[in-house]
Amino acid sequence: MYFIVAGGGEVGFHLSQALLESGHEVMILESDRCRAQFIQDQLGSVVLNAPADEGRYQMEAGCGRADAMIAVTGDDAKNLVICQLAKLQCHTERVIARVNNPKNEIVFKALGIDETISSTRVIMGVIEQELPTGGFFPLMPLTGSHLEIIEAEIAPNTPATGKKVGELGLSTYGAVIGGIVRRGEILHAHGDTPLQVGDRVIVFSPTAAEADVRKALFG
Amino acid sequence: MNIVIIGCGRVGAFLAGLLDEGGHAVTVVDLEKASFEHLPQSYKGNTLLGNGTDMDVLRQAGIESAEAFIALTQGDNRNLMAAQVAKEIFGVRRVIAKVNDPIRANLYRSQGITTFSRTSILGTLLQAMLDDDPEVGKVLLEKALAHERRLAGETPAGSPAKVSR
Repeated sequence: MYFIVAGGGEVGFHLSQALLESGHEVMILESDRCRAQFIQDQLGSVVLNAPADEGRYQMEAGCGRADAMIAVTGDDAKNLVICQLAKLQCHTERVIARVNNPKNEIVFKALGIDETISSTRVIMGVIEQELPTGGFFPLMPLTGSHLEIIEAEIAPNTPATGKKVGELGLSTYGAVIGGIVRRGEILHAHGDTPLQVGDRVIVFSPTAAEADVRKALFG
Repeated sequence: MNIVIIGCGRVGAFLAGLLDEGGHAVTVVDLEKASFEHLPQSYKGNTLLGNGTDMDVLRQAGIESAEAFIALTQGDNRNLMAAQVAKEIFGVRRVIAKVNDPIRANLYRSQGITTFSRTSILGTLLQAMLDDDPEVGKVLLEKALAHERRLAGETPAGSPAKVSR
C-alpha cells in the first residue's frame, strides 16, 4: 500500500520506518529542511521537503493514488487541515489524524475526520489494561464508524454473574456480545448462554454507549 | 450583537475596537497577555487568555450565545479549525476566518466557511493603486482612513471624518 505521512517528527519518522519495513511504499512530507535531510539519510528517498498543509505538495506526493494520508504533526489544527485538504482536493481514500489534545477527538469527528489517534488515550488504555481491577478494556475503534470493540472479564458479585447473555439488556444500547472466551476456548454467545465468573466477553458497542455497557456488566 | 474574536494582534485589536465602539458586546481571546496591549484604550469589551481552538475556552468566551465569530490568529490552520468549531459545533451564524494562503481560503470558502485572504485582498488593492484605478479601493480606503484619523485623535470619536482624496 502507499501511505503519505504528513510530518517527519519522532512519530512520523518511526511510523514511516515501520511501514517501510513491512513492505509498504511511503512518502513523508516534512517542511524543515534539516529534518528532511536527516530522514533522507536514514530512510532513503522517501521524503519531500515541503509543508503538508498545502494542496500542491500533497498533489506532488501523489495523494490521488495514496491509500491513506496520515497526519502526525504535533499541531492539531495542522493535522485537521492536512486531512481535510487530502479529502477535498485529492479524494484520498482514507485519512488518519493524530490528535495531541484528547479533547479534539470529538472536534475532528464532528468535522468529518473519523479516524483519529490520541497518544494520551492509547497510553491510558495500556495503563488500564495493566491494572488488575476493572476488567473492562475498550480494545479498538472500528474503522469508519462510531463503534468499538470492548473486552470485559466477568467478575464475581457483579450484575452479569450468572445471568444469560440476553438478560444483560445490551441491545438497548445497540451493543452485542460477539463471543465469549471461557478457559481459552471460544463460545458462541446466544441469548440463553449463561455467563460465568472469569468469562471474557467481546462486545461490539457504539462508542457513546461504553459507559452503559460497563454499567450493565459491572453495576 | 455578541461577538467573539480570536487573535488579538493588530487586526484583531483594531476590529475589536471598532465593534466595541459600535455598541457590540465583544470578547477577544489570545494566548498571550501582552497581545491585549494592542487594544485601544477606550476598549470596554472582554478579554480572555486561552487557546482559541479549545472548545472549553470558546465556551468561556461566550460562543454559545455569540452571533458572530471571527478568527484572526496568525495561523491559517488554527483559524480554519476554530471557524469550523464555531460553525459546526456551536452553530454560530456568522463565521469569518482569516486565511492568508489564497488557495486554502478559496477551498474552504467553497465548503461554506467565509474566508478572506490578506494576501489576495491587499495584493489586489496595491495593484489597483499602482494602476491609478481609484474605483477598486474607493469606499474601503475612505472608511479605513477615517478610522485611522480617529485613532490618531485628529477628529473626536463619533463625528464623521472628512477624507480628501
